[in-house]
Amino acid sequence: MSRTLTAMADSTPGEYGSEPGPRPAPGPYISAVTNRTTNLVIRGAMLFSVGVFLALVLNLLQVQRNVTLFPPDVISSIFSSAWWVPPCCGTASALIGLLYPCIDNRLGEPHRFKREWSSVMRCVAVFVGINHASAKVDFANNVQLSLTLAALSVGLWWSFDRSRSGFSLGVVIALLATLATQLLVYNGVFQYTSPDFLYIRSWLPCIFFAGVITMGNIGRQLALYEHKVALEKTHQD
Amino acid sequence: MTLRERLRQKISAAFYHHGLLCASYPVPIILFTSASILTCCYPLLRLPLPGTGPVEFTTAVRGYASPSHNPLGDPVERPDWYRGPPVAYIQQVLVKAAVSPWGSSLLPVDAFRPPLGQVFTLLEEIRNHVHSDSSGVQSLEHLCLQVTDLLPGLRRMQTVLPEHGCLLVSPGNYWQNQQELFDSDPDLLKTVQKHEPKGLHTSATLRDLLFGVPGKHTGVSHYSKKRVVTYTITIALSTYDAGFLGSLRARLKQLHPSANCSLGEEHMVHVHFKEEIGIAELIPLVTTYIILFAYIYFSTRKIDMVKSKWGLALAAVVTVLSSLLMSVGLCTLFGLTPTLNGGEIFPYLVVVIGLENVLVLTKSVVSTPVDLEVKLRIAQGLSNESWSIMKNMATELCIILIGYFTLVPAIQEFCLFAVVGLVSDFFLQMFFFTTVLSIDIRRMELADLNRRLPAEAGLPPPKPGPLRPREAPPPPRPSPHTITLQTPAFRNLRLPKRLRVVYFLARTRLAQRIIMVGTVIWIGILVYTDPAGLRTYLAAQVSEQSHLGDPGGGGGQPPHLGGMAPVFPGGDPAKALSVLPAREATPLPENQSQRHLAPGRVQEQPRGPPAATQVPWGAEDEEGWRRLSFRHWPSLFSYYNITLAKRYISILPVIPVTLHLGPQEAPETPRHPQDARLPPDPIPKFSSPDLQAADLTLYKVAALGLAAGVLLVLLLFCLYRVLCPRNYGQNGVSHGRRRRGDLPCDDYGYSPPVSEISPLLLRGHSMDIECLASDGMLLASCCLAGQIRVWDAQTGDCLTVIPNHKLRRSSSSGCWEQRGASWDGAGGACDPESLGCEGRDPCVGGDSASEDEGGGFPFRRHAAPLRPPLFTDQPDLTPLIDTNFDSRLPPSSVHAAPPRGAAFDYGGLVERAYTEHEPPSPAAYPSPSYSSSPPTAGFANCRRSPVEAPDRGFACGPPPAAEWEGSVWAMELRGNLIAAGRSSGKLQLWDAVEGSLRCSNEEGASGITALAFLNNRIVAARLDGSLDFFTVELNKPPGLLQYRGAPGRGSMPPSPCYSSDDLISCQLTRSVLCAHQKPITVLRAAAGRVVTGSQDHTVRVYRLDDSCCLFTLQGHSGAITAIYIDETMVLASGGQDGAICLWDVLTGSRVSHVYGHRGDVTSLVCTNTCVISSGLDDLICIWDRSTGIKLYSIQQEVGCGDSLGVISDSLLVTGGQGCVSFWDLNFGDLLQTVYLGQTSDGQGVRQLLVLDNAAIVCDFGSELSLVYVPSVLEKLD
Repeated sequence: MSRTLTAMADSTPGEYGSEPGPRPAPGPYISAVTNRTTNLVIRGAMLFSVGVFLALVLNLLQVQRNVTLFPPDVISSIFSSAWWVPPCCGTASALIGLLYPCIDNRLGEPHRFKREWSSVMRCVAVFVGINHASAKVDFANNVQLSLTLAALSVGLWWSFDRSRSGFSLGVVIALLATLATQLLVYNGVFQYTSPDFLYIRSWLPCIFFAGVITMGNIGRQLALYEHKVALEKTHQD
Repeated sequence: MTLRERLRQKISAAFYHHGLLCASYPVPIILFTSASILTCCYPLLRLPLPGTGPVEFTTAVRGYASPSHNPLGDPVERPDWYRGPPVAYIQQVLVKAAVSPWGSSLLPVDAFRPPLGQVFTLLEEIRNHVHSDSSGVQSLEHLCLQVTDLLPGLRRMQTVLPEHGCLLVSPGNYWQNQQELFDSDPDLLKTVQKHEPKGLHTSATLRDLLFGVPGKHTGVSHYSKKRVVTYTITIALSTYDAGFLGSLRARLKQLHPSANCSLGEEHMVHVHFKEEIGIAELIPLVTTYIILFAYIYFSTRKIDMVKSKWGLALAAVVTVLSSLLMSVGLCTLFGLTPTLNGGEIFPYLVVVIGLENVLVLTKSVVSTPVDLEVKLRIAQGLSNESWSIMKNMATELCIILIGYFTLVPAIQEFCLFAVVGLVSDFFLQMFFFTTVLSIDIRRMELADLNRRLPAEAGLPPPKPGPLRPREAPPPPRPSPHTITLQTPAFRNLRLPKRLRVVYFLARTRLAQRIIMVGTVIWIGILVYTDPAGLRTYLAAQVSEQSHLGDPGGGGGQPPHLGGMAPVFPGGDPAKALSVLPAREATPLPENQSQRHLAPGRVQEQPRGPPAATQVPWGAEDEEGWRRLSFRHWPSLFSYYNITLAKRYISILPVIPVTLHLGPQEAPETPRHPQDARLPPDPIPKFSSPDLQAADLTLYKVAALGLAAGVLLVLLLFCLYRVLCPRNYGQNGVSHGRRRRGDLPCDDYGYSPPVSEISPLLLRGHSMDIECLASDGMLLASCCLAGQIRVWDAQTGDCLTVIPNHKLRRSSSSGCWEQRGASWDGAGGACDPESLGCEGRDPCVGGDSASEDEGGGFPFRRHAAPLRPPLFTDQPDLTPLIDTNFDSRLPPSSVHAAPPRGAAFDYGGLVERAYTEHEPPSPAAYPSPSYSSSPPTAGFANCRRSPVEAPDRGFACGPPPAAEWEGSVWAMELRGNLIAAGRSSGKLQLWDAVEGSLRCSNEEGASGITALAFLNNRIVAARLDGSLDFFTVELNKPPGLLQYRGAPGRGSMPPSPCYSSDDLISCQLTRSVLCAHQKPITVLRAAAGRVVTGSQDHTVRVYRLDDSCCLFTLQGHSGAITAIYIDETMVLASGGQDGAICLWDVLTGSRVSHVYGHRGDVTSLVCTNTCVISSGLDDLICIWDRSTGIKLYSIQQEVGCGDSLGVISDSLLVTGGQGCVSFWDLNFGDLLQTVYLGQTSDGQGVRQLLVLDNAAIVCDFGSELSLVYVPSVLEKLD
């Protein structure tokens, strides 16, 4: 069945294809911006804000677990972690979101699977759900938690990405991010509640992986607009 | 055939039958589905409603024991939260203290200072109370709830809230429970107010916490009329000791007996608090919901091509929601109680179940062939998608099954819900949504049927063949689209979304209504929540109602008077000053009940001298905590980081304590020296509580005003953005053409079936088509070779061919003969073969004739290599070659042919062909015989790209003979008559059926550039700017003149049918010599008017009947290039300056003037609501006709044609490079592109005619293309 699905995905005509045919004109929002760098900056800014927002919200989810029902100050609990965490997440997500379409371009295998906003929204919702589950659901032990989260993350990739480049990039970035977090922990900048598996929280890579997939999805979808603009431009030239 | 394929076939067949079933019985199925939804949701009624309000449970005090953790299955119905010990037992000591009798020497502050002072002795009493019985000695220290630190954020409350000890709060906490501090406090009220939060406060304040009664009821103020101070001492106990509490109660009652107190002591109330959702939890929740709504929005946006988009979107959402409800209901039915927070998992459930199937179904059904029956369409659509639906469902079930085996209870429960939800969703999709879809499709079909019913009714099927009798041409088909054209009043142009929103707002006055409703609700909330407001008033009313029947209650008296009387001793000056009208108007419940309790005393009290003030005790005092905010207890406990969520507290019956302080006692309580000064100002509104209240109101008003202001500014900004016309059209949808083979296809691998419209190609012309005319039934076309062909517009049969005899004849008689001489003079050296060879490729000959003039027979060596495709865009000169050499033997004067002359000089012929083929540019004419063809760059019918112009080094032949007729520059067709205007200035009338020349008028010398044929008049515009009016007359009695009855066609006046027997004459009735200063470029006639546009920037309007010039319209700053006028007298003109003007034909005034194009306006069409223009900048603009606002624009490809046509009010046709495109005018969407030829990069479509039977005719090189508009386009609504 997987083969059929892949074939199905492949047989969809290239929204993004190599043939620079006359494409429909760009979407109404980004169409005004034909400058490539400006477009890049706008995309980066959008991705950055999405990343910051998700970081804040998900952090709040994680914090809730250990906090009383009546926190003395709600606002302070939003910013309960270090101030630099949300900007870092935002920057990372901007990088990832720009990296994905770029790599697609380089590899010459455009991503064609489910390129539409509703699918992207679904992906984001599932990502938040994974975080929600990791924060709220009581698992019997950490192995179970990690396995579940890993399965969910891979399921996320399978449902919304299905590209090998996306998978490998996600794994690499997840590992790097885990390493970075670990370094931070060693230096005492950051701390876990309790490391459970090889001195790390085992769910961390899974969350990172799901986040990378999600941000890559958003980035690709945003890049679709830019691509249209570019095509339009070449056509006009 | 593998198993998989067999399975697939089975599934497909099953879905097909199911689709048939659903579409056949829509109503029963919907009823059945609704019934099953309701049945499955029925168990939900038993679930508690979600809410955060506390739940109460009352038990008796006697024999109370703390409930155990495991309920023993006792029959007594008790809520399931009532297990285990409570967080705390709350014992309140309700103190009511009054100074009585009130002496005139007393200051207002004496009303509360001594009573408050008593709290310290009471506290002392309670703290030191010891109960000893057989089990030992019990003191408060052992029983009370020990609290530790306050939360870190509450440092400022450290002074007033107890820490590291018993949780025992009372007003004494303001003074650290120390009498000395109290005594030395100069201003008690200030101390109390000091801890109040500034601004709006919603839940329990510190004052409420410490006093234990709502602030208004404490009576601690300078202006309390009652002079009864109420407060509580609240003790939180961790363990319940009936003995200790009983002895405490007895002790306090003994010390301070309450005479008229009849408070119940039998019941204790357990209050269970739900989990409150804090903002911290709310933010992720709101985020998930926002994502959910975005998902739903982006999904339902894809629903298309249905009758009611919103209806189907709603049905889709209803499907998903009710499947969720069904899943919850079913799970409860089978004993699975949901423990998860429904609000939290709900978005994820929706996301898991998804809307995809619904959308895929819709798309599949919509894309089935439209001519099928509805149920067949549904069935086909279903069966097309059956496999993918089943596959998706199986996949999801597998995933969920995997999730179930994670063995995490929460995930298992989620998966269980998801499975049931998926199954019920599938059920609903199959039954509910499919049926709704079938109803929708049927509605669309019905609407469609209504629209085309008249057409089918009045459709005479026999097609007029070429052999039809001329005498009685069949009545014209009532065009199916006249109906459409005349009833578009309700099919308004679909405006851009923002405008639609604005119009909707304006139409429904939504904003005002929302604001009004909001204001009313706000006022209502204010009134209701105001403690002195409606609620208490209502309560008072209720209690009054209940006491009305009491005969001893003094029912005749105004109740509050009777109630007030005992409390207010007469003759108190301060009282009169301090009375607030509102307070007086508000009957206070205490008084009511007090009167009820002591009805006998009511009558005598007012008369008597001020006796001892009775401290009133009422039923509402029994559970005084009910008057507190329901967040009172949670907030008290939350200060110590104790949560009450999902837990309960037990509130014990209050212990009433009444303190009577005599006037002599009161001064005994040490007054603070500053008390005498108080109040500084006797006017009530300056007093502190009122000031506080005024302060608060001020805050509220200020905050609300600020918010309203910000909102207003935002609203105005949005309105400005929405209405600002500067960006109009920028946001409009613009489309490129879809490439061939690039079919629309979504990401599910699904592409709708291609329903290509295959154009009917009418072949026959040998050269490019120059003129095109139609009257709906017949179609006349004229090619560059001068050949006129008449086609049947319905079938595409060629009826008549009118060859250009004259041209040929004139050629042979004129210059040809001279050439023939030289030809012959060559001594027959030219064999026919070479000519035949050249005949096949004459343009090569043309070129070589010009280049190789010296060569004898240079053609052969060029002929072979220079074959097409190099010259495909050269004119086909085949018809010019006359191989009938015998017919032109030289009659005379044989030139002595030099070697050069031996070459047959094609120059004249070829040049003529070229002049017809390419734009006659002013400088390019060497021959004086072409002086009559001056610049015609603006001519609509002479547009050719100059690229094709070859080197024009022709061996210049002698000028053509005078009788050469010239090419056809303009042609019109009415009835049986073809009017052809030639470049030589001749106007000829041909019989369209017979192909015979009926009449010719040669009065004008200047070429006819445009013709209009209306009724029996012909208007011809000539190159020199003159305008000739001709009248077609029959030389027969007018009684024989038949009119082709065309009752249904209001737009077209009946044109007379001229039979072949009649002698037709065409007489010049009037010639306006100088109609324009410069050549007339456009000529249009309709509604009895003739409108001309010229290069001299003006538009003139003539009356057709008397050829009188009515108006000269000036307004353009460039040559007029396009004019539109129709029977409704709308006149639009477009010029080279890119401007479009709308004129009022009746008054000659300019209605609107807009600039829309960079470059010429090439074409203009109007519908009832909008004006459509296309320009040289390849932009098609759609304007609102009444306001002149650009609705949107469509950017077309570069170099596409500029021809426009409007089929109905919502369907626009444009010509392009080898294709025609259909656009939806309402949205600006590209509906379809029909390719005319095999190669998509063919010639552009320059002329496009919309026939009345919804077919369009366009030229395509030398072919005509007849495109029948598919009915699917008509279905769009």
